[in-house]
Amino acid sequence: MPLIEIRDLHFYRGDRAIFKGVDLDIYRGKVTAIMGPSGTGKTTLLKLIGGQLVPDQGTIMVDGQDVHRLPHAQLYELRKRMGMLFQSGALLTDISVFDNVAFPLREHTNLPESMIQDLVSMKLQAVGLRNAKELMPAELSGGMARRVALARAVALDPMMIMYDEPFTGQDPISMGTLVNLIKRINQSMGLTSIVVSHDLEETMAIADEIYLLSGGKVIERGTPDTLQDSSSEWVKQFVEGLPDGPVPFHFPGMSFEDDLLNRKAVK
Amino acid sequence: MGTIQRLGQWAIGTSERLGRGYLFLMAILAGIPGSLFRFSLVIQQIYSVGVLSVLLILISGLFVGMVLGLQGYNTLVDFGAEESLGVMVSLSLVRELGPVVSALLFAGRAGSALTAEIGLMKSTEQLSGMEMMAVDPIRRVITPRFLAGFISLPFLAAIFSAVGILGGYLVGYGLLGVDDGAFWTQMQTKTDWYDDILNGVIKSIVFGFVVTWIALFEGHDAIPTSEGVGRATTRTVVHSAFAILGLDFVLTALMFGDV
Repeated sequence: MPLIEIRDLHFYRGDRAIFKGVDLDIYRGKVTAIMGPSGTGKTTLLKLIGGQLVPDQGTIMVDGQDVHRLPHAQLYELRKRMGMLFQSGALLTDISVFDNVAFPLREHTNLPESMIQDLVSMKLQAVGLRNAKELMPAELSGGMARRVALARAVALDPMMIMYDEPFTGQDPISMGTLVNLIKRINQSMGLTSIVVSHDLEETMAIADEIYLLSGGKVIERGTPDTLQDSSSEWVKQFVEGLPDGPVPFHFPGMSFEDDLLNRKAVK
Repeated sequence: MGTIQRLGQWAIGTSERLGRGYLFLMAILAGIPGSLFRFSLVIQQIYSVGVLSVLLILISGLFVGMVLGLQGYNTLVDFGAEESLGVMVSLSLVRELGPVVSALLFAGRAGSALTAEIGLMKSTEQLSGMEMMAVDPIRRVITPRFLAGFISLPFLAAIFSAVGILGGYLVGYGLLGVDDGAFWTQMQTKTDWYDDILNGVIKSIVFGFVVTWIALFEGHDAIPTSEGVGRATTRTVVHSAFAILGLDFVLTALMFGDV
């Protein structure tokens, strides 16, 4: 049975449909990637899974619980078992690296301070930043901030972790470090990971399964190898990074000729 | 778009925001019992919004009191009543200027800072991050700040009035030669605990409640961009000023309307 089951998901922002009937399964212990062009609603999907947004139609079951039918208290209990790494890191800027990682432990447990210190040191050691614990978030590079956020996301030993664009804007060394960390932490902690990204090479290197989203639907699903060999024009365009194809280069609307010749008609 | 359509859109938008503001306030109030059990969070915020505003309040109160002393003396001396300067200064400050001016200063200094802080926490996904860590940002971040603002403003208004009276005394006695015995005695005789001081305190409690609510709501409701946070900060100061002055009239009418 999958850890997350999404069925017939519909979600609108105003009149714009973000999802038009998405079905998706995330299996336990696997790294599942959600990929697609910018603006396809990948981050929105994570917020729907975490219960921060409510779908217009459809269900999202996490560990057998319907996320959007849970009362507030139970939703918060479920979230304690879900980690999330935001694209910006979302570290609390007025407290140190140490206090950021300790934050969920202090909020949700009654552990003595000595034990919190040990746990935080272990989590920071796992991301290679134990010696940066006294720094403030403003003193960290983008890659370091995401590693601290990762340590914080796993502080409560969750069952799953959601990564929102973890590789965006990273230099090659940070990118390599994050790729390794996601894979290693998933294996060593027995997690289920969902990686939302459009960085193809890095995501394909760690994903067990990939869903490609476009136009509010799942276009393709498979392992990295099957997607590489796919005959779908859309998948080829995405995998090979072609500027034009099923996803058009030009924003849909009036043709260039009409725009030049019939400008009055536009008014 | 026609004028009537725009008017309708504005009315719907305003009603919607008022509704959101009301729901936001209900969520804050529901979080108060929890915040009382974690009062250290409130104390941190009292330092931030209250203690750090004291210098501004001290300096402003002193100058307002000194100006009141000068202006009051010039009017009273025409009637040979300059010895009533203490009463005039104290009643002006305790009833009106203390609560109102300190609330306006509080909105400008602490209110705008609260809006910017919450707005930036929203735009940098810190509030979302807390939600995903199963920490309710309303209870963890917003309610302690609300209580801090609500608690701080009456004390700031009291400090403003006290320093203002001292400013009026320094000008009246030190500069203009008003008899200091008359200044203090008349002030103590004519200033009533209930009618003047308690009513002034009630005003500052109401202003503290409203200004902090507006500041926190504007931050929480801000569009999460730098422009959105900037606009929200401006709205906090403008809406707070309107609310303070409007409520001051209503409260004054209720408290002193029959005098």
